[in-house]
Amino acid sequence: MAIEVRIPTILRTYTDGAKAVEAAGGTLSELIDDLEGNHPGIKDRLVEDKSGSIDLRRFVNVYINDEDVRFIGGLEAELSDGDQVVVLPAVAGG
Amino acid sequence: MLTIDQEIHDAIVAHARRDHPDEACGVVAGPEGSDRAERFIPMVNAAGSPTFYEFDSTELFQLYKEMDARDEEPVVVYHSHTATEAYPSRTDIDLASEPNAHYVLVSTRELFDEDGGNIDGPVEFRSYRIIDGVVTEEEVTITTGEKSTP
Repeated sequence: MAIEVRIPTILRTYTDGAKAVEAAGGTLSELIDDLEGNHPGIKDRLVEDKSGSIDLRRFVNVYINDEDVRFIGGLEAELSDGDQVVVLPAVAGG
Repeated sequence: MLTIDQEIHDAIVAHARRDHPDEACGVVAGPEGSDRAERFIPMVNAAGSPTFYEFDSTELFQLYKEMDARDEEPVVVYHSHTATEAYPSRTDIDLASEPNAHYVLVSTRELFDEDGGNIDGPVEFRSYRIIDGVVTEEEVTITTGEKSTP
């Protein structure tokens, strides 16, 4: 099952500079594990341990077909063949 | 060095002034790889705060989608500090995620008195590179956009 994942500039060090890579998974969580298999280190930039459970990092946004995954189940958001996933770091500061 | 048109410089300062005492934020997009800050895009500070700024996640997505379609990138990422100097805060440094961008900081602290009255002081407008937690200030050159005659 092929899902296109768009990689932001700052994470392209994990994808040999590629702007987009393919990955597989039935949920976002599985997709991130699959990404990690081919691009070691990327998972830690996307998720963090929050009191015992893994969750998306606060300042990382992930979208499935234009929808912020926070509104559609977070890491458990479902994916199907042909979906497009976009990763964007928050633009934020103090 | 950041080279920026007077008109865009003034638009950034006007945005910062308008949103004071909350922080203002936005980007100036330009053709990918060109380092030309051409298209001024003010953004809403979803945090609506005097000490924090954050682009709304849906607007962030639309912005990047649009830049992608136009082969653009964020050449400048700007925001204001309303009570402190125009220097990146610890949070700014930790969250900086565009290694190719010029991070512009505008301070409006000298522009208003405590009651919000306009005192028309000097505005600080400074630019930095923020890469892997390292801040490097750079020169800002303001151009008038007039073509030089041969």
